[in-house]
Amino acid sequence: MSELSVNHLLGIKYLTKQDIQLIFETADHFKEVINRPIKKVPSLRDITIANLFFENSTRTKLSFELAEKRLSADVINFSASQSSVKKGETLIDTVNNILSMKVDMVVMRHPNPGAGVFLSKHVNASIVNAGDGAHEHPTQALLDSYSIREKLGDVGGKNVVIVGDILHSRVALSNIFALQMQGANVMVCGPQTLIPKYIDKLGVKVETDLRKALNWCDVANMLRVQNERMDISYFPSSREYTQQFGVNKELLNSLNKEITIMHPGPINRGVEITSDVADSKQSIILEQVQNGVAIRMAVIYLLASKIKQ
Amino acid sequence: MSQKVLLNAKEVNIILHRLACQLIEKHNDFTNTVLIGLQPRGVFVANRLAKILEEDYKIKNIPLGHLDITFYRDDFRRGDKPLEANTTKINFLVENKNIVFIDDVLYTGRSIRAALTAIQSFGRPNEIELLTLIDRRFSRHLPIQPNYRGRQVDAINKEKVIVHWQENEGEDAVYLINK
Repeated sequence: MSELSVNHLLGIKYLTKQDIQLIFETADHFKEVINRPIKKVPSLRDITIANLFFENSTRTKLSFELAEKRLSADVINFSASQSSVKKGETLIDTVNNILSMKVDMVVMRHPNPGAGVFLSKHVNASIVNAGDGAHEHPTQALLDSYSIREKLGDVGGKNVVIVGDILHSRVALSNIFALQMQGANVMVCGPQTLIPKYIDKLGVKVETDLRKALNWCDVANMLRVQNERMDISYFPSSREYTQQFGVNKELLNSLNKEITIMHPGPINRGVEITSDVADSKQSIILEQVQNGVAIRMAVIYLLASKIKQ
Repeated sequence: MSQKVLLNAKEVNIILHRLACQLIEKHNDFTNTVLIGLQPRGVFVANRLAKILEEDYKIKNIPLGHLDITFYRDDFRRGDKPLEANTTKINFLVENKNIVFIDDVLYTGRSIRAALTAIQSFGRPNEIELLTLIDRRFSRHLPIQPNYRGRQVDAINKEKVIVHWQENEGEDAVYLINK
């Protein structure tokens, strides 16, 4: 097995195609491990990992924590709302204090884009970006591509449309990088107000008609409308958004083919997709969640193997 | 670098048949026994033995699995090269079964220690035995010995024992390589 070209996972754009391939191959082995009666391996028993969540998260935090525990790492958790960050402590001070407790790896979610890159230059630990503002969410993109590969056999050559709030989405950006690196054709679709102005410079197609986008694609990755990130109104109402950009069973049935439906969660049921779509056979949403643990185990394992004794 | 042939194809074949007979003596019709080849190279020995038991001794439906021990090894982050994982394939229950671990060369015993830990993830076997084609004496780091051995070899530490298989290297042979 070769090794990762990076010591931190800060974003998909820092990885190579070979890195992604290696992560997927390692995740295949871990997927087998997490389906055993005893799902734990002792590989990381001498590694301590700090999960620093400066922003709320349920599934990503749980998924990372489970991955770390399945690898037998020691885990400490931190959330900004219950910490001295509220008292004015800087990011580097917070992290350095935690690292003084002999922590080897930091998994960090932060509201500011670039927080992970900044930290990687100032502290001596392996950093995993678990989402930095509207910038990148690399493990989500990796698990999305891995789920497409699992469902359709290969990512290369597939048409993937990312639907919804592209402007505020770190998932969209990481997905665009990951999918393109593996040879997929990527389209974004959503209200004009939620599509960044120069997105076509990344080599993605832009579409504002959902039906046309669905007719083109093999996979539709439905993003959550991030109301909490919207400081102004980007569309008239949720009802209108759903009518134009929501996917329901009737719309799917009217297409001449079966497309795969993905969603990074949490789902606003009835807004981005209806329940009958989310729970249908075309949806791989729960597979994404399960694959998330395997992908995060692979990333942590591969990065940990580069930490010097 | 010099290399010496320890076993040729004919000798490997005789030894495999002898080991198969020893397994039959102990496990009879294999109703409660499973064979598990340790990845990566023990799988070749296990596949060969299963074939002999099935074709020459007409024992049907022997459960045969492959166990990868990469994530259970005690040298993670200690070597120059990253550890390479292999596929684990155990499509049967090991609970209360008699397991025979099969490997090509027994050297320090650390792989077997890792395999003993790994198999616990699949259940609690009744008994575990070890079969190895080559047993390198005087090189053990742990108190582990085989129940069935093909050939015992005395090799000093800088020497390496390499097993070649027809299906992989194009010949059946065991070499002692002096670096």
